[in-house]
Amino acid sequence: MASVMTWPVLSVVTFLPIVGAILIYLSRGDDEAAQGNARWIALWTTLITFAVSLILVMRFDPSNGDFQFVEKAPWLAATINYHMGVDGISLPFVILTTALMPFCILCSWKSVTKRVREYMIAFLFLETLMIGTFSALDLVLFYLFFEGGLIPMFLIIGIWGGPRRVYASFKFFLYTFLGSVLMLLAIMALYWNAGTTDIPTLMHTAVPRSLQTWAWLAFFASFAVKMPMWPVHTWLPDAHVEAPTAGSVVLAAIMLKMGGYGFLRFSLPMFPDASLYFAPMVWTLSVIAIVYTSLVALMQEDIKKLIAYSSVAHMGYVTMGIFAGTTQGVSGAVFQMVSHGIVSGALFLCVGVVYDRLHTREIAAYGGLVNRMPIYAALFMVFTMANVGLPGTSGFVGEFLTLIGTFKVSIPTATFASIGVILSAAYALWLYRKVVFGELTKPALQGIKDITFREGLVLVPLVVLTILFGVYPKPVLDMSAASIQLLVNNYAAATSAVKAAALLQ
Amino acid sequence: MIQALVFLPLIGALIAGFIAILGAHGRNPSGDEMDHAHDDHGHGDASAHAHAAHGHDDHGHDDHDDHHHVAEPAALGSRAAELITAGLLVVSAVLSWMTFVDVAFMHHDARIVLLNWINSGDLQLSWTLRVDTLTAVMLVVVTTVSSLVHIYSLGYMEDDPNRPRFMAYLSLFTFMMLMLVTADNLLQLFFGWEGVGLASYLLIGFWFKKPSANAAAIKAFVVNRVGDFGFLLGIFALFMLVGSTDLDTIFASAPGLTGKTINFFGWHADALTLTCLLLFVGAMGKSAQFLLHTWLPDAMEGPTPVSALIHAATMVTAGVFMVARMSPLFELAPNAQAVVMLVGATTAFFAATIGLVQNDIKRIVAYSTCSQLGYMFVALGTGAYSVAMFHLFTHAFFKALLFLGSGSVIYAMHHEQDIRKMGGLWNKIPFTYAMMTIGTLALTGFPFTAGYFSKDAIIEAAYASHTQFAFYGFLMTVVAALLTSFYSWRLVFKTFHGEPHDKKHYDAAHEAPLWMLVPLAVLGIGSFAAGFPFKELFAGHHVGEFFRESLKMNPHIIEEMHHIPGWVPYVPTVMMVLGFLISYLFYVRKPYLPVELANQHPLLYKFLLNKWYFDELYEIIFVRPAKWIGHFLWKKGDGMIIDGLGPDGISARVLNITRGVVKLQTGYLYHYAFAMLIGVAGLITWFIFGLGGQ
Repeated sequence: MASVMTWPVLSVVTFLPIVGAILIYLSRGDDEAAQGNARWIALWTTLITFAVSLILVMRFDPSNGDFQFVEKAPWLAATINYHMGVDGISLPFVILTTALMPFCILCSWKSVTKRVREYMIAFLFLETLMIGTFSALDLVLFYLFFEGGLIPMFLIIGIWGGPRRVYASFKFFLYTFLGSVLMLLAIMALYWNAGTTDIPTLMHTAVPRSLQTWAWLAFFASFAVKMPMWPVHTWLPDAHVEAPTAGSVVLAAIMLKMGGYGFLRFSLPMFPDASLYFAPMVWTLSVIAIVYTSLVALMQEDIKKLIAYSSVAHMGYVTMGIFAGTTQGVSGAVFQMVSHGIVSGALFLCVGVVYDRLHTREIAAYGGLVNRMPIYAALFMVFTMANVGLPGTSGFVGEFLTLIGTFKVSIPTATFASIGVILSAAYALWLYRKVVFGELTKPALQGIKDITFREGLVLVPLVVLTILFGVYPKPVLDMSAASIQLLVNNYAAATSAVKAAALLQ
Repeated sequence: MIQALVFLPLIGALIAGFIAILGAHGRNPSGDEMDHAHDDHGHGDASAHAHAAHGHDDHGHDDHDDHHHVAEPAALGSRAAELITAGLLVVSAVLSWMTFVDVAFMHHDARIVLLNWINSGDLQLSWTLRVDTLTAVMLVVVTTVSSLVHIYSLGYMEDDPNRPRFMAYLSLFTFMMLMLVTADNLLQLFFGWEGVGLASYLLIGFWFKKPSANAAAIKAFVVNRVGDFGFLLGIFALFMLVGSTDLDTIFASAPGLTGKTINFFGWHADALTLTCLLLFVGAMGKSAQFLLHTWLPDAMEGPTPVSALIHAATMVTAGVFMVARMSPLFELAPNAQAVVMLVGATTAFFAATIGLVQNDIKRIVAYSTCSQLGYMFVALGTGAYSVAMFHLFTHAFFKALLFLGSGSVIYAMHHEQDIRKMGGLWNKIPFTYAMMTIGTLALTGFPFTAGYFSKDAIIEAAYASHTQFAFYGFLMTVVAALLTSFYSWRLVFKTFHGEPHDKKHYDAAHEAPLWMLVPLAVLGIGSFAAGFPFKELFAGHHVGEFFRESLKMNPHIIEEMHHIPGWVPYVPTVMMVLGFLISYLFYVRKPYLPVELANQHPLLYKFLLNKWYFDELYEIIFVRPAKWIGHFLWKKGDGMIIDGLGPDGISARVLNITRGVVKLQTGYLYHYAFAMLIGVAGLITWFIFGLGGQ
């Protein structure tokens, strides 16, 4: 590995955004020009970060299931290292993060006018912390990145958010923080058990059964909130509604994935017995999430809330697939997360487009947009269909794989989860009809105009990706295949003893 | 050649779609500022739009006169988009017929791998085109009808400013349908399956300003999704049993699955029966069979060429095709076959009864389609898959003819669809009249028309079959034959004969342009030619040689069909004549009779007129509860219980405590949270650091 690497690409990708943030901080001033500078610096930083992260993709060896681009340096005391690296499970998320950030900057170009510099700095910090979360290979480092991500997001909602932003950010904070305190305890317990906080080592260290249960539950508390799983999902609709567009995009597209990533990185490999034991519970919660939140989505009056609830439902497929523990289930979960990152991000961007024009998210305030915004209508249609899980869009591949992977181990779970296929069509098409179709009669809408070049620049690439990954998901699936196979095999090996014992009884 | 014939429509769709987008963009400027200066203009524009949409389908209004001066110009390149899509489709149709000859008679089956699709563990899927005789028959049906409908649309949609978008949707539909019939694995079939659903959704809601069209589009999609729910589970089950979704692998392992069971919610179901039933649920949705039929009549909200192509000739027959495609499985699951027969026979009868009393010309034909699809499922239930395909083949021609003929009537009547307002049109639009009559003859099974051969074959197969519901199937199809004849002739008589009921429309009625008449003529010829020449291939002694491995027939059914009592083949013909006579009596000789009958049996009449109250029933047992539960879970579940006990409860306490402090200082709650987080993070670092140092 080290011979191939001439410079620490992963660290560069991770910390480049902070360099950009420092540059913005240094460019003093608060006038129009300084704001423009801040925007351009942020955009270029995210673009360069994305470009550098593509080097990771090019040099990544998809046939190797282990960690690559590993960097290790002593950090705190003797046992805590600065240990970074990505495998096939984390790399897609790193790329997803770097790829979506430029869109977030672009979509805030005009809609954010107050405290532009601080806004951009917050986003760049957030990017570093998110990439760090996905590439940290030391528990303490992971914890810092994972929890650190809360701070900029909290600020973004709290400062640049809507009217109820304080309530929303507080709720967001309370939920996620409660979960993370428990995770912290589990991290300490793991450290006492194995004497190290090194993640790859911990993945190969057997954990006593009793500790597994408690540690699993503690990690679960944190990740379930992040996902979010039912019944700890209620922070999400509020956070989305109040967050600025780019905040919603990051939240839905990337931050929710930290929960799923955590399950894959910690729960399954480190606590396999507990994972097997708790799997039926997770399935139940997932199925409830899918059906319950789909039904709730059906009745929403706020566009963002509807999409937020549909996100919870889609994350239900992810948790279900992960704990199915089958190749299709897990790779479907990873794919579903990537796809949901693209699609839900794009949907929030779509909402942002009309929100910037009309400054309301109420479904009833819209109607007949297609008459004045045909291009917008066409793009929105693609994302709606991806949200519905139409084959040929990326949304289908993930849903299908998680369901087929789960069917093998639990028919009732897969059957009930499939009801989501019907319900998602109902709420997504209902939303589209209310907002886009119909006659344009509302006086406030008469002067509305179609999307601009800048907005098109944000949405069109996402349309391309949505369809490309729907027709040819191979790049993502292949990238993660080896690591997932390794994970699934280890999980199966670790739990086979338990399963055999269960069969003997 | 096969790649070309499948992908040409997609290319056409993309070009037309691009032109549509460009045109729409030209009319609607972009900008992120609100356009206040042009408020008035914008409003005027919108009402012009409104008129354009209303004029098309809103029957019973008297704004039809305005219909022709809809001012909005079509986008630049509209004609080009139309000609490109139609031209590519004609090429595709020619290639299909060549492929048909090549595959069905020269036995050059093809398997073309295009691209990897989903690869995960033992699940290996690729985009593959599979062409055998079964596919070739579908290719011919789809591309022929589709190219004729494309040409017809050149005339029918000439007033519509959104023509390129329409043509793009039509071509997209055709592409999806071709992907469906050329699928080599179940998932690709599902891709086409949902893809045609998307196209159907877009086309039903083509006039997106009409609330009824939007509602119908959503209904079609969601009801189809109910079917797809079953279809998906069927795919999952097969993958679990066989480890693959490739058709060949499934067929090869099917015999080994007999006797296996699946634990489905504690019910140890026979694996094959369960899978076949799940797949059949999908077919029921797509083919609008009993219980999942409610979307089809509403789908008539779409432009008439759409009804002809999607909701008569091709998409709705996808369910029939799918069951025929999976014949090696169904042949091993007699119980599933019995269910297919039961549902098909019920639908054939049920839809026909509703067709008796409807007054919308398109809805009558739609219920007739529903009923005829039931016939096809009866044939599938007997194991005579080729006979079902035969009826699918002939039905495509005469039903498309009837729909396009209805379109021609509607066009002549300035978008009036109510047959009570028509009458006496035969001398105004004689060509349409002739074509509609041919279509009706074929539909009712008049000797030597296409429908005669295929429908009789189905009734004979039902008689000869030994499955559980065979007699029920026979009875229902015979009765339905009588009903079919009655309502079909009722349509013709009320539309073309008698006194004109709307003088204004009658006087203005005129024959459609050539673009529309030529497809009618071709389909008229097809309504004869699709019958006799193909009889032996589909329902005679050449079935085995013609379909080869693409269908796994019930080995005895064709033979037994030829040894039934001599009276059986005459039954449908008698029914047809009887239906004609009653209809003649009711609507030509004594037009007061049906009115009296309706008055004497108001309950029955209302029951039929309201389509057995299925929409109302579903509203009560599905739609309203779903909304109520959704609202309940949102307000009570999320709002009261989770938030009330969780964060709100806690934060209320916290707020009580901190309120005073917060007011005293900066007032920003998040500063505290921020400080708290930093503090905790520091504490943790120290904690672990300290432990690490020990």
